[in-house]
Amino acid sequence: MSEFADQIFVNAKRAFLAPMAHLPGWLVQAASGLIDIFTLLAVFLTLFALVSVLERKILARIQNRYGPNRVGPFGLLQPVADGIKMLIKEDVVPARADKPVHFLAPILIAAAAILALGVIPYGRNMTPFSIDGGILFFFAVGSTTELAVFMAGWGSNNKFSMLGAMRAIAQMFSYELPLIVAVLPVVMVVGSLMPDRIVAAQGGYLFGFAPRWFVFTPWGFAAFIIFFVSGLVESNRTPFDVPEGESEIVAGHMTEYSGFKYATFFMAEYLGMFATSGLGITLFLGGWHAPLPFLEFIPSYVWFFVKLSALVFIYIWIRGTLPRTRIDQIMNFAWKFALPMSFACLVAAALWHYAGRGFSGWCWSLAMVGGVYTGLSFLLDTRRKFAPRVYRFAE
Amino acid sequence: MNSAAFVLISILTLGAALAAATLRKLMHAALCFALTFGGLAMFFLLLGAEFVGLALVFIYVGAVAVLIVFTILLTRRDAVKERRVHWAGAVIAVVAFGTLAWSILRTESVSVVAHRMPSLTVGRIGEALMTGYVWPLQCTGLLLTAALIGALVLVMEEKQ
Repeated sequence: MSEFADQIFVNAKRAFLAPMAHLPGWLVQAASGLIDIFTLLAVFLTLFALVSVLERKILARIQNRYGPNRVGPFGLLQPVADGIKMLIKEDVVPARADKPVHFLAPILIAAAAILALGVIPYGRNMTPFSIDGGILFFFAVGSTTELAVFMAGWGSNNKFSMLGAMRAIAQMFSYELPLIVAVLPVVMVVGSLMPDRIVAAQGGYLFGFAPRWFVFTPWGFAAFIIFFVSGLVESNRTPFDVPEGESEIVAGHMTEYSGFKYATFFMAEYLGMFATSGLGITLFLGGWHAPLPFLEFIPSYVWFFVKLSALVFIYIWIRGTLPRTRIDQIMNFAWKFALPMSFACLVAAALWHYAGRGFSGWCWSLAMVGGVYTGLSFLLDTRRKFAPRVYRFAE
Repeated sequence: MNSAAFVLISILTLGAALAAATLRKLMHAALCFALTFGGLAMFFLLLGAEFVGLALVFIYVGAVAVLIVFTILLTRRDAVKERRVHWAGAVIAVVAFGTLAWSILRTESVSVVAHRMPSLTVGRIGEALMTGYVWPLQCTGLLLTAALIGALVLVMEEKQ
């Protein structure tokens, strides 16, 4: 029964493709690809609609108010109303805008976010786009986002847009390094860039009950925290929403977008959030594996989406709790703390490997990570007394 | 299917390259340049060289193209008014094309079509980099670190 439920989508796709067996190979391949794409889009756009209303509900709960409750039961039809509103809004393009660039930016940013979703294993045998260098593909596609953000800022021909785009690119560039270096320990330990193999390496249980997820090793835990924070910065969400900064530069690179193009930017932000969380789950949280042996009867894709929901909830929780950080704080954190710390994770993972991947390796890597953490906190001297800020260019 | 993809990607890449060379607006030319690199990466993916293709996207579209558009943004914005032909540029282009074409035509692995290369996986590239090419790799790393420190020194706040 559990086997049947686990593979139901895989078998459904196979049954759908079976009558096409006599057709030429490339046609079957194209049909298979189209099914994957439609499923991916349907699932994640529905999830985007649900999360957009859930986010407003949770933020409202945190701020002690009701949130959307007028449309449908518990306000659940709010995304439909929002979608209709966005569709029938006038699409305003500034007269002096660089029109092709202004038009292409939201398309490129959404395309990058959707492509990045393609390499994540959502369940047993459920990777839409299974390639050897899947992790590399994720980051290669993600790096085109910076160009898209720049296109949005430049194409709008607006000072606020350009400032927002420059801020966004500055922080995305700075955090790409810790993000990728934090992924390296996992790639090194597994010996593969393929997401399926990384998930497979985290299967099974230690002593019959403890899951062998990488987040339960000291280096994996530290790398996961760095990965999560860097992912938060890459998605430009609170507390790192300096690029949008509603109170200072309106909405950053999205200032001059209206109607459905604005909605596309928001969709890309949420899809990027899902993609980063999905990669974090794949790398550190055991992918679609169940946390305990007796829970294995629940299908694998359910576990993936439970973990995804948990991470997305943490994103929303952070947004409702923390104020916006300053840009110099963000940059200092990236270069002075996150980068050395992620290199320390790399060395700690090597120690863990060479000490036999057992208890002694666990202790060695804990000593490495803890030592570097303590050393950095002394070096950076977080207890430094605060002084009035000195402005260099604005006297 | 592969040959159809090859033709489509060729048209895209050559069109984007031509646009990058001829467009009046500098920013459009730079963005077309990035598109050209995307097309080149697709060629590598089509040939099964995943790592090279993805690294091309990662480095050229993700980093170099952003560097170029920022250079355009931070330098003067008035476009050059006269549209004369730059002969020096034409000569350099012809020489570069000639050298590349000569060396490609002389390479033996291209002339033998039936010769099948083993698939180029990430693991094999990593092994080659860590054994035979470890000195060039380390030297490049040292050079890049020096460049990073140099950039930091240049922008550091000067003490009065």
